[in-house]
Amino acid sequence: MIAVESLTRRYAGFTAVDNVSFTALPGRVTGFLGPNGAGKSTTMRVMVGLTAPTSGSATIDGVRFADLPNPGLEVGVLLDASAQHAGRTGREILTIAADTMGLPRRRVDEMLELVSLNPTEAKRRVRNYSLGMRQRLGIGTALLGDPRVLILDEPANGLDPAGIRWMRDLLTGFASQGGTVLLSSHLLHEIEVIADDLVVIGNGKIVAAGTKEELLAAAGTLARSTSPRDLAHALEQAGIPSTLASDGSVRTDADPARVGAVALTAGVALTELRSAESAGLEDMFLSLTADTQREGVAA
Amino acid sequence: MTATTISPDTIEAAPPRRTARPIPAIRLVKVELRKMFNTRSGFWMLISIGALSPISAGSLLVLGLDSDVTYQNFVRASGFPMSVILPIIAILAVTGEWSQRSGLTTFTLVPSRERVIGAKAIATLLVGLGAVSVAFAVGALGNVAGSALAGVDTAWDISLSMALQMVLYNLVGMAFGFALGVVLRNSAAAIVGYFVASLVMPGILALLAQVRSWFEDLQPWIDWHYTQVALLDGATNTVKEWAMLGSTTMIWIVIPLAVGLLSLRRSEVK
Repeated sequence: MIAVESLTRRYAGFTAVDNVSFTALPGRVTGFLGPNGAGKSTTMRVMVGLTAPTSGSATIDGVRFADLPNPGLEVGVLLDASAQHAGRTGREILTIAADTMGLPRRRVDEMLELVSLNPTEAKRRVRNYSLGMRQRLGIGTALLGDPRVLILDEPANGLDPAGIRWMRDLLTGFASQGGTVLLSSHLLHEIEVIADDLVVIGNGKIVAAGTKEELLAAAGTLARSTSPRDLAHALEQAGIPSTLASDGSVRTDADPARVGAVALTAGVALTELRSAESAGLEDMFLSLTADTQREGVAA
Repeated sequence: MTATTISPDTIEAAPPRRTARPIPAIRLVKVELRKMFNTRSGFWMLISIGALSPISAGSLLVLGLDSDVTYQNFVRASGFPMSVILPIIAILAVTGEWSQRSGLTTFTLVPSRERVIGAKAIATLLVGLGAVSVAFAVGALGNVAGSALAGVDTAWDISLSMALQMVLYNLVGMAFGFALGVVLRNSAAAIVGYFVASLVMPGILALLAQVRSWFEDLQPWIDWHYTQVALLDGATNTVKEWAMLGSTTMIWIVIPLAVGLLSLRRSEVK
């Protein structure tokens, strides 16, 4: 389990992480979301001791990362796949990590196979790797010590579709065996498919946290009708605020059953009625972080 | 949600983890030694030490006069390339973690930065001692071959005191490079800094000593290059001369290293 408590990190003049608290539970994949510069990477660096917090703490199973005797065996970390010595081969990078953790060298071959880097690629220097290959190597380094906690910053970046599918299966498998996974990503679709819990951060503050179901349920209902204006009007009469989108869909915070009942009473024929889950994460993300978006996207 | 979700209770009952033991220091030293030479630049520096020493000693053999055939000259010749390359190896051993950003992995696997830097220092010392032994061995071979070719008596003209000073000369050079690396944490800046301090600064200080007589007495106490030359010549003998070496070491190595370590402990690894 990862527990972050009242974590704050200030730099001269601005607060990158502001009183952040959340937990990532074992057996679950926790998605860590936020716009660029929201404080995701800083929070993750503090978790693994690369950045000192101004106040607050982050612990792994109750222990500060820096106090773990051999952290590689307990926590797999991938913060930046490009942060490797460019003049080293992929195999050497895994070898020195395995040596540091005190693991047998055969783990290196097992990992190379797991992340699908073939022997020729493993002999090439990282300078010549594509982003996807670096990402695979980084995941291999994170999994090398057979840890029970994974902290991954944008692990799907640069992976091809097959690689993304592979990563998804890997992480769900890891969590189903009782592992704790915390991953950040900008790929909302990826997070929506893979995450059990979500933590959303904006301007260094937590703006939402909970299970995916809870958070997306809050995103409400999407309904379509042959006469959307009548539907919106009927909802308004029933005291349910709604928005009429330009594509003719009507969105509201009320649950689908209530919207259906209102439509029935008003005699409006619905052509579609569902919880707004499928498009929900992106909407939720944009509305929650609207104040912090660079583009000033309207919620 | 998938059907394979496990309740927290089952997770508690999962098989107990192996108890992790702290990483032993000797393992860290071995890893740091490996890291010094498993990069492309590290590999070529190792090769250049191995190749340039014999070449340098060999050129003395071919070009030198019969009177040049002494052990001291051969050791100097084979040691010269090292005295340039060893400090750079020491610099890169530290700065690579920042300039190449491999520190992100290094310091997550070993969160104690003091231990990592300590292991790097020991690895650097071992490389220095190894390289200097090679210089003495290559020098001995050159000396035997040279005296046989020239038909003169083999001259073993290095005293124990001189040998120790030559070893120290190389180690102090490496320590200076190491300290620069810790302070600057940037490969290019540290290498430039090293050459400025060993090539440009001595000239300026020598000039200063010529025009300002009060500085002439002070120079040996603060000029790093001055005490280095004394070591190389085996001319550090009196208590005063050792004190001068101590003074320049304090100014150029101990103080920068202490300052660098303090900031390195707290600095952010990005």
